[in-house]
Amino acid sequence: MAHMEHTRSFRFFNRGPSQGARLVFFVLLSILLLFIDARFKYLEFARSTLFIPINALQRLATLPSVLWQEAGEYLVAQTQLVQDNAQLHQQSLEQSARLQQLQILQAEVAQLRNLLAVQQRAEYPMQLAEVIYLERDIFKRKILLNKGSTDNVLLGQIVIDDTGVVGQVTRVYPWGSEVTLITDKDHAVPVQVLRNGLRAIAFGSGGAADITLRYTPISAEIEVGDVLVTSGIDGTYPPGLPVARVTQVERNPAYPFARITCTPLAGVDKNRQLLILAGLPKLPGRPDPEIETNTPKAKKGTRKIP
Amino acid sequence: MSAPSSNTASYQGQEFLLPASNLFIASSLLLALLLNWLPWQGIWLAMRPDFAALVLLYWCTHKPYRVGIGIAWMVGILADVADASLFGQHALAYSVLAFGGVVLYRRVQMFDLRQQTLQVLPLFLLAQTVYAAVHWQINGHVVWEYFIGSVVSAALWIPLALLLQSLRRPRADSDLS
Repeated sequence: MAHMEHTRSFRFFNRGPSQGARLVFFVLLSILLLFIDARFKYLEFARSTLFIPINALQRLATLPSVLWQEAGEYLVAQTQLVQDNAQLHQQSLEQSARLQQLQILQAEVAQLRNLLAVQQRAEYPMQLAEVIYLERDIFKRKILLNKGSTDNVLLGQIVIDDTGVVGQVTRVYPWGSEVTLITDKDHAVPVQVLRNGLRAIAFGSGGAADITLRYTPISAEIEVGDVLVTSGIDGTYPPGLPVARVTQVERNPAYPFARITCTPLAGVDKNRQLLILAGLPKLPGRPDPEIETNTPKAKKGTRKIP
Repeated sequence: MSAPSSNTASYQGQEFLLPASNLFIASSLLLALLLNWLPWQGIWLAMRPDFAALVLLYWCTHKPYRVGIGIAWMVGILADVADASLFGQHALAYSVLAFGGVVLYRRVQMFDLRQQTLQVLPLFLLAQTVYAAVHWQINGHVVWEYFIGSVVSAALWIPLALLLQSLRRPRADSDLS
């Protein structure tokens, strides 16, 4: 058929479907493809298959410009490199001088830190312990740590985390120890208001995140937001550990004492690793028994431990 | 492929041209696609003529029984994959363009090259309108810059026709096979 197709007379013979029919066919095909491609994702395989040779051709088309660019870069580089080299050399000199200063400072910091650590260790040796068990009883705020008497954990030692007091060791097993949290109903901590030094006793309320200050007179100068730290009175707690923050102060003239509610600062029921303060601070000489009975406040706060 | 066609040389006084081989047609289309895929940027991208459409229309108006709507459609599919546009977007536009070329080929060949430019410009604009309409249906906005490209395509009609004719002109020493 090829040798006839140019001759005008053969136009009158059948050459397959007319141009209009062909146009309709291909337009419909295109629209179908458009619809399928826009609505569904059936054609991705065909597209990716066709894309492989086409992508090669496209790379071929972009090859001259890429080559041109690379050649340009190569020529520019010669002058640029010399400049850059000089600049970088100078920079490196400056920075090495700075680095020496930095190293001296680093050594200094390390030394200071060592000194600090030594000092801290001398006061309160501490060991890391992990919570392995929680008390199931919701009214008892107690946890079990994985360090016991084999690790020299003693009764009455204080358990803290990085932000404050968590509780106190109340029972020691060979390979574990029970800690009563400061939120436990039977637990008390002698505290001091950080702002003005006012002494008070913080009792656990049995709730998950509540501590109350009992036996504090209405006139006591305590405000919402005050931070309570351990007072160190009677020697069970070392002084100055953060305990709680006052969240609510209720002064009712009908009662002699104010109702003061606090939130513990430490993650009492959050952390998994806790620190046991191993060395109790040295107790000052014990006062006489009569005086001790005269100060029920202090007793209440510290005589938790048998 | 024996006789040169009588209708291709109806202008410029019965010029004798070699019959266009399939390889020649295919390579010209491929080259046009490659030109389309050059990394055009900025103002050049806005003014980029559609080389594939140009070459397609040339063949549709000069060899209407060899290059028709089907080939135009296939070229369009290739352009769609390369552009990552929807399947059928270029294909639809090129099919319409090829239809215009095939139907009007005798009318186009009546004129000389300058007048032909004015004849093919509406065809390019029509194809571009189809393309822009599909784009508008899918993306919700019309890109008017595309139409600059069709005007440039029409302006390139004369150089292209001269180039392809010179390539089909027999050399002095080559004999017809």
